[in-house]
Amino acid sequence: MKKKNTLRKLIAVTTIALLILGSLAGCGSEPADTENPTEIASISPTAVSNASFRTLDEIKESGKVVIGVFSDKAPFGYVDENGEYQGYDVYFAERIAQDLGVAVEYVSTDPASRVEYVATGKVDIILANFTVTEERAQQVDFALPYMKVMLGVVSPDDALITSVEELNGKTLIVVKGTTAETFFEKNYPDVELQKYDEYADAYNALLDGRGDAFSTDNTEVLAWALSNPGFTVGIDALGNADTIAPAVQKGNTTLLDWLNGEIEALGGENFFHADYEATLAPVYGEAADPDSLVVEGGIVE
Amino acid sequence: MPDSGINVLFLGKNFLRLLEGLWVTMRISLIAVILSIPLGILFGMFMTLKNPITRTLSRVYLEFIRIMPQLVLLFIAYFGVTRAFGWNLSAELSAVLVFTLWGTAEMGDLVRGALISIPKHQYDSAAALGMTKAQTFVFIIVPQTMRRLIPLTINLTTRMIKTTSLVVLIGITEVLKVGKQIIDANRFDYPTAALWVYGVIFALYFLACWPISSLAKKLEQRWR
Repeated sequence: MKKKNTLRKLIAVTTIALLILGSLAGCGSEPADTENPTEIASISPTAVSNASFRTLDEIKESGKVVIGVFSDKAPFGYVDENGEYQGYDVYFAERIAQDLGVAVEYVSTDPASRVEYVATGKVDIILANFTVTEERAQQVDFALPYMKVMLGVVSPDDALITSVEELNGKTLIVVKGTTAETFFEKNYPDVELQKYDEYADAYNALLDGRGDAFSTDNTEVLAWALSNPGFTVGIDALGNADTIAPAVQKGNTTLLDWLNGEIEALGGENFFHADYEATLAPVYGEAADPDSLVVEGGIVE
Repeated sequence: MPDSGINVLFLGKNFLRLLEGLWVTMRISLIAVILSIPLGILFGMFMTLKNPITRTLSRVYLEFIRIMPQLVLLFIAYFGVTRAFGWNLSAELSAVLVFTLWGTAEMGDLVRGALISIPKHQYDSAAALGMTKAQTFVFIIVPQTMRRLIPLTINLTTRMIKTTSLVVLIGITEVLKVGKQIIDANRFDYPTAALWVYGVIFALYFLACWPISSLAKKLEQRWR
């Protein structure tokens, strides 16, 4: 009796082992059909060491451009209720794909991992509200800008913060990897920062009162304050005017040149104003002037 | 309430998207669990070897995996490997790899604990009955260890399912990220959506983990 029992167990163990082998085989074939398309990059001869980008011709040949966008930062990059990517950045991304004559594949990125995505060639272009900074320019190549922003600080109406000095000793919510984080660390060390990985978390923190104020790009906080009564943007233009531009991997000159040409050409048809009307205007309404945000043809006056 | 957040769940394909996200979560964690259990059993046996070299090796591996936050391991597997060697692992493969490495280490330590908890007289009695070392292991030690391992393994499995929410940082849209996307896309029209969406995610995680723990309960009863 006892022996029979152990035999049963042995059979069970063998079955499990076989199942595992089966799943291993299944796993081996998986990368081919997963969402991530960049395996092609490792085949190209440039894949040695860091340079793993795809050139313009390689992208056109593959029939697909991989663009990193935000998926939870309305109205710049978000996913609507049907699972489709939408927003100001996505509107531009669609046009890029159309003019390249290829399909577009979106990769959902977070602020802190944007540089890594493009530096490792996991995406061809980053179009995720990416502010141009010197540090980032050492790691990626920025194309011409298509938008400009300054920092804004939003806080509850009953404890409104209207100047940076008022922030001293208070808790300011920021998102990791954004310009707000570096700006306050460098210029206002007395402001206590509370950092979050994702925008959704940061906004919830502000709503719950875990911090006194939240700072990120002024466009972003203006839009948010409009739809969240009880919160106001007390500081709407802080720091230097930063520009927002697409980024490609360092040294990917063919793609960079193409993007620059594209942005210049689109200036001729006031493309980004149309983009603003389609994606940002419904959200900002009267709160913002398109010319204070949109950059046409890559020229910041 | 005109803007009741519950409506968000029924907009477009939102609910379906949450379920798809749950499927991604479950796929990654279950593949990792299924790989981790046998590998962990082997690793646990390897850890109990008396050889000082294997001991050091297994100790280093275990401590490395245990000390490193899973997020760091994910970044190393997804971005670091590409930077260093130019190998481009897909996000899902990196996630499965990291969770398998982690699960193997944790499972190995559980197996080691279970193995050394078997009293020495069990070995001695088996030897007295004339059993070989292999026989002792297969017929005496393994069955007893298995029983001790079930609750611990279930604990590890549910922990792995929940920890997979980290994979969003290497671009995999799993259930929690879908929830955040829904909350964000509707934050202008439905500011109260967060509560409902997170509530549904809570229920989904519960539904995913509960069958596993009831299965474990059944197994425990049967093998008593």
